Amino acid sequence: MNKANLIERYESSDRVNHWLVAITFVLLALSGLALFHPSMFFLTNLFGGGPWTRILHPFIGLVMFVAFAALAMRFWRHNVLDKNDEQWLKQWDDVINNREDKLPEVGRYNAGQKVLFWVMAGCLILLLLTGFVIWRPYFAPGFNITVIRIAVLLHAIAAFVLILGIIVHIYAAIWVKGSVRAMTRGYVTRAWAKKHHPAWYKQVTSGSGPNRIGHPGVRRDPV
Amino acid sequence: MPLQSLDIERRSATTTQPPDQRRALPVAKLIDISKCIGCKACQSACMEWNDLRDAVGTNTGTYDNPRDLTENSWTVMKFFEVEPDGRLEWLIRKDGCMHCADPGCLKACPSPGAIVQYSNGIVDFHEENCIGCGYCVTGCPFNVPRISKKDSKAYKCTLCSDRVSVGLEPACIKSCPTGALVFGSKEDMIDHAEERIADLKERGYQKAGLYDPAGVGGTHVMYVLQHADRPELYGLPKDPKISPWVSVWKGAAKPLALLALGLAAVGTFFHYVKVGPNEVEEDEKEGK
Repeated sequence: MNKANLIERYESSDRVNHWLVAITFVLLALSGLALFHPSMFFLTNLFGGGPWTRILHPFIGLVMFVAFAALAMRFWRHNVLDKNDEQWLKQWDDVINNREDKLPEVGRYNAGQKVLFWVMAGCLILLLLTGFVIWRPYFAPGFNITVIRIAVLLHAIAAFVLILGIIVHIYAAIWVKGSVRAMTRGYVTRAWAKKHHPAWYKQVTSGSGPNRIGHPGVRRDPV
Repeated sequence: MPLQSLDIERRSATTTQPPDQRRALPVAKLIDISKCIGCKACQSACMEWNDLRDAVGTNTGTYDNPRDLTENSWTVMKFFEVEPDGRLEWLIRKDGCMHCADPGCLKACPSPGAIVQYSNGIVDFHEENCIGCGYCVTGCPFNVPRISKKDSKAYKCTLCSDRVSVGLEPACIKSCPTGALVFGSKEDMIDHAEERIADLKERGYQKAGLYDPAGVGGTHVMYVLQHADRPELYGLPKDPKISPWVSVWKGAAKPLALLALGLAAVGTFFHYVKVGPNEVEEDEKEGK
């Protein structure tokens, strides 16, 4: 691959941050599902048994929240929805049928990615707050029982929405070839950028307007 | 109490029928509040049989001692000074697990076999399977289970399942000097309660009645109340049932959420099979 045709999409700290969120998410989803449905209880074995699963889950949750908060600080500006995004979402059938050419020009992120970002942010805030309410033995004893009951249901609902969102997220990364490399190696090809994020491509190649604050985007030809 | 049992009606976090070949006679403890003198012999007997000692607490200005149920005090006498009909009454209720036919603790528990319900109606905690999440506390409509600060396991009255399984009555029953506590088949206890209620009515307690709340499917610990129309006088919920939040969470939400997640995962796979990957075709050309 000619390096001149590569564009940097995620610098190394973006990638480390992303994968920290991803790993903690997987641990949390597995340990959370283990305590959610009896058929998933066997997953507690991955964490050293039932009590260890109960002990570890909230601490991993804190790590994920902090890691996601850091990621959100990096990315939130690119995830503000606009008019184009509305149109993009309306044409969801074009999206899922690979008719990308019919869609409005996408910037650094498409509307689906943006929606996922905000859904994740909302779910994580809800999970953090409700998580504290049901956290035993430290915090739960201080809360009213009705508050705990509502919190435990909201925690499950938020987790459900989040896991559903991440299933779509992971699949999208597998489906849109070249995406995984963007998050593991940091770069995408010019053709990839042109096809999936044409507005972003124009921005980073025109020289004006950084693709993200402080990061020029185009990978320099090593000569 | 972990015992090899063939008469397990329900087992926490278990979706198939546990060993239920042998059916036991449904039992019940009847607490006749009109006969209770508040001597706390039942509390002592409970401590003694289960070999538990609570820490010495502080006097809060009532006879309640300890103040509330704890992981070491599975039954506690609660004293209520009330004036229901303009005259003072001193109501003394033995608090503890009600052994619901539809136990909220068992419904909420995520750990297989940490809570079991025997076909005789006793709801028992098996602490070796307890993970300390406190969901039983969340599920209980009577505020009974207590999480130990020492080992993070949940504890409560076992209705002396270990004694009952070998044909003995619970320790508290054995100790009661006035006959306020009786134990037997649930049917017999209801019959006995009817007699007691008729007697109380004769003596002017027109609203006397049995507390066997239908909202939790009935209980295997029942009360004869002088004022059955006002159980809140005794610190009892009027119409206890599993909270709707808990019912949704551990009812419909549980299988539906899992099904939806499974379908989503399978759905994405079929999308890939049907539509195929979203690839950049010019890559080859441009990459040269």
